[in-house]
Amino acid sequence: MKARGRTIGLHALLVVGAILAASPLLWMVSASLMHSGEANTSPPPLLPHSPTLVHYRALFTSLNLGRYFLNSLIIATGGTVMAVLITGMAGYAFAKLRFRGRQSVFRALLAGMVIPGQVAMLPMFILLREMGLINTLFGAMIPVLAPIYGIFLVRQYALSIPDDLLDAARLDGASEFRVFRSIVLPSLGPVLATLGVFTFLSAWNDFMWPLIVLSDDARYNLPVALANLAGEHVQDVELMMAGAVVTVVPVFIAFLFLQRYYIQGIMAGSVKG
Amino acid sequence: MLGAFVLSFTDFDIYSIANLGNTRVVGLKNYHDLATSPQFWIALRNTLYFVVVGGPLSAAVSLIAAILVNAKLVRFKPFFRSAFFAPWVTTLVAMALVWRYIYHPQYGLLNAALGVVGIGPVDWLGNPHWAMPALILLSVWKNFGYNMLVFLAGLQSIPEELYEAAALDGAGAWRRFRHVTLPMLGPTFVFVGVVTMIASFQIFSEPYVMTQGGPLKSTLTLVLFMYEEGFRWWRLGFSASIAVVLFLLTLVGTLVQLRLQRHSAP
Repeated sequence: MKARGRTIGLHALLVVGAILAASPLLWMVSASLMHSGEANTSPPPLLPHSPTLVHYRALFTSLNLGRYFLNSLIIATGGTVMAVLITGMAGYAFAKLRFRGRQSVFRALLAGMVIPGQVAMLPMFILLREMGLINTLFGAMIPVLAPIYGIFLVRQYALSIPDDLLDAARLDGASEFRVFRSIVLPSLGPVLATLGVFTFLSAWNDFMWPLIVLSDDARYNLPVALANLAGEHVQDVELMMAGAVVTVVPVFIAFLFLQRYYIQGIMAGSVKG
Repeated sequence: MLGAFVLSFTDFDIYSIANLGNTRVVGLKNYHDLATSPQFWIALRNTLYFVVVGGPLSAAVSLIAAILVNAKLVRFKPFFRSAFFAPWVTTLVAMALVWRYIYHPQYGLLNAALGVVGIGPVDWLGNPHWAMPALILLSVWKNFGYNMLVFLAGLQSIPEELYEAAALDGAGAWRRFRHVTLPMLGPTFVFVGVVTMIASFQIFSEPYVMTQGGPLKSTLTLVLFMYEEGFRWWRLGFSASIAVVLFLLTLVGTLVQLRLQRHSAP
């Protein structure tokens, strides 16, 4: 009887917690379907009186959200593909290739992990400006391209590839690139998949760097465009909530389908690291 | 990092952007200006407030959530785990917008809910005393799911035999938690502490979207200050000195936490 009471109490706590965690998201969706001005009544309504898609239509027609959506998609996808290739190669090199200064370079990289990303933004901005990459989508991808923790993660994983396998391929006359493509990449599959979902997420959600680098309205990604819109349409709660939904939906769907990778990635990374 | 360091000793500004040749080395002038800028001290205080209050609060919520989800009696564990983790995958800017309306003094959900239990309307984002706690609440909600997973991993790595042995010795639930769970989670605490602290020092989007640093600069943070100096007024040299201070704070904070951990370890 006591165990039963405890079980019920435990579940009650969990349900309350889940409602608290989910309610801002649910309200966002609900408000985005309300008619203009409906959310600004007292007491605030929880559900739309008669759901409407008018705000979504406005976003994609007069407010050009489709353009920003596309920019975000290019930045996140391009950034992810390049990051997976770069961390894959770097992690493998640190694990398996012998070159001068390998240990010291790797140690310097690890030390660099404590440097907040924002600290590098100022010199990075000047550098990109000299290279003419300011206001380009490629410029907006820069911060996600070579994550140090990613290189570290891949390296730990790559250490388990048997040296014999690599040497056998080399004896058979395979070039280093061939070895990387046909042996290393496939065996790094799972860790690169985990890395990929995290990179996509952080590239999609990134705000401060795109805000700095993308100055031309047509190149904005969704978060920057949304913050910009919020300045002009502060009173249009329902419209802004529709914009928030559009921004969040892709990463949310990705999360629903790929949550295994998120959860494994975080749990594995923290235990080893 | 080195670039920021070098930059902080120069007067790099809007004229240097036109032509790099207009940049001069000014030694410690930027740091002197920083030390005498009232805005800097306000930003520093606000940032420390956010780190010192928000960090531990976030870690505590994560630990409680992890323990609840991990309890043996709980069914539908994956469901609760995903529900708690969901806010973490969302876009911060979008969520800051959502919460700006939730905090609305007149039509916001929070005041409506508090009104039910008889607490008067609070102007969350318009009152200098409440604006920072409001930002802390948002970021705890947004981020606790991540640390919850980290704690879950830690909890699941504790061998079941330890609990059984403690129970045999007559230890109750609280003492098992105090003497088995907490010490075994030691390394996890360090990880959570350091990662959360580094992230907290970088708070930027929440004040940028919700309050622009106001009211009365009560939510002006170091990174927001750095952004405004560097990319609104184009004083990149001065801005770099803020970046260097931010880096030193993070470094010292990390070392202190590692040291504390070494001392408390058995």
